[in-house]
Amino acid sequence: MEALSAALISADALTSLAEFSQSALFVARGSGYTAALIAGAMTLGLVMGLPLSAVEVYGPGWIRKLAWLYVWFFRGIPILVLMFLIYFGVFDFIEDLYQKVFEDRLILSPFMASVLALGLASAAYQSQIFKGAILSLPPGQFMAARALGFTRLGAARHVILPQAIRISIPAWSNEYSILLKDSAVAYVLGTMEIMARTRFMASTTFAHIRFYFLAGLLYFALTWIGVKALAALDAKTRVPGLGHEAYRAEDLALEEAALLEKAKSP
Amino acid sequence: MSETRPLLEVSHVSRVIDGKTILDDVSLSLERGDLKVVIGPSGGGKSTLLQCVNFLQVPDSGDVFLDGQSAREMSRRNICEFRQKIGMIFQDFNLFDHLCARDNVAIALQKVKGQKKALARQRAMAELERVGLADKAALYPSQLSGGQKQRVSLARALAMDPMAMLLDEPTSALDPELIGEVLNVIAQLSLSGMTMLMATHQIGFARHLTKEIIFMEAGRVVEAGPPKILEPGGGGRAAEFCAKLAQVTGR
Repeated sequence: MEALSAALISADALTSLAEFSQSALFVARGSGYTAALIAGAMTLGLVMGLPLSAVEVYGPGWIRKLAWLYVWFFRGIPILVLMFLIYFGVFDFIEDLYQKVFEDRLILSPFMASVLALGLASAAYQSQIFKGAILSLPPGQFMAARALGFTRLGAARHVILPQAIRISIPAWSNEYSILLKDSAVAYVLGTMEIMARTRFMASTTFAHIRFYFLAGLLYFALTWIGVKALAALDAKTRVPGLGHEAYRAEDLALEEAALLEKAKSP
Repeated sequence: MSETRPLLEVSHVSRVIDGKTILDDVSLSLERGDLKVVIGPSGGGKSTLLQCVNFLQVPDSGDVFLDGQSAREMSRRNICEFRQKIGMIFQDFNLFDHLCARDNVAIALQKVKGQKKALARQRAMAELERVGLADKAALYPSQLSGGQKQRVSLARALAMDPMAMLLDEPTSALDPELIGEVLNVIAQLSLSGMTMLMATHQIGFARHLTKEIIFMEAGRVVEAGPPKILEPGGGGRAAEFCAKLAQVTGR
């Protein structure tokens, strides 16, 4: 809040670089909010999307229908509408109910509404990523696992998902970069993330270009960091012959030599 | 008493898929240590039969008995335990692509049998040793030849200590020069007393090891008997089929 008042004081004329850097810092601190928003939404999307994809492939008919309905709904409406629906609809309802039942006030934050909206929508998209990965695996492996005595759930968990997740990392990285930029919409609810702070500074100082340029840079940096981190994860979890990139013969030979060498040393 | 009871008995099994009869009242039984070979044209129901034996496909009618126990009467959980006791080998190996050879063998020991990791890995190494692949334990399926993959899959099945094995054309996807190494392992297994039901086109190999050839066509057992039913002049469909196969392969 100090930064906010500092920014307000200098709002009439932003002339010196020192003043700009102070308000720029205020905007940049929004990165923390944005990062938390994305971390929450991606996690929610993963936790819901993974089982959703599994039941879409392996579940009984009626569960498959339900999953399909979920995906169809959350892919079908804009994030912005979803945010309003959750914040003004669902949250108000819960708060009222809480008041009636416990005779106390419950405050659900815009931040929570934003995470929910982004996360629920992301779950729909992520489930399709994982579903595609599961279906791209040879069906025989599931059967082989069943023949060894795995339950359907066990086969999905120990044989299919470890492969599907690895295959999904590049697409997941794409989902991250899309979701990150979708999160800018959260400013409408008053979540103090990058965009809300940018709009505030821009409209009070009229230095629109500088602040929107700064916001662009911040989003770019967050995208870059996330995508790089996921690429590193992809490289770390890579298994020869599995995944999106065709292996070149010489890579295979090199890895084979390295593995055999490693196996020799105790 | 258990001496007279067959180890594995398939009793009047039928299977209909999309209105088409794939298996039509198939019965057979294996005594302990038997190797029986199922031959016949593709699409004749061999794979479906094998998958019905361990209830990967539930037969529409009929039953399978392992050591006298009815598979049809088992709960879902018991079916999973029942499958553990029957090893299965597939034409296209179906190794788990994300696991090295050792872990392909160890994973079911850990996750199905609940063994400790160290113990499971130890057993996996012993099984890989048995199929002659101890030195390839760290390699992933994509780094193994077809013959090596099939041997890993044999090790994977054997690690579960099965009472019987089902082999679904174990050499059909292999280059001719790799077939020998797999057949060697299978022959050794049979000689060591493993009960096996194998679908194959390797008639020469089958003839040497088995007491009984089962010839299947259009979902039915058309002929069954000692290997000599395959010989030219045998008169039956099996001999005819063999003669055709010999024309193609020159054997």
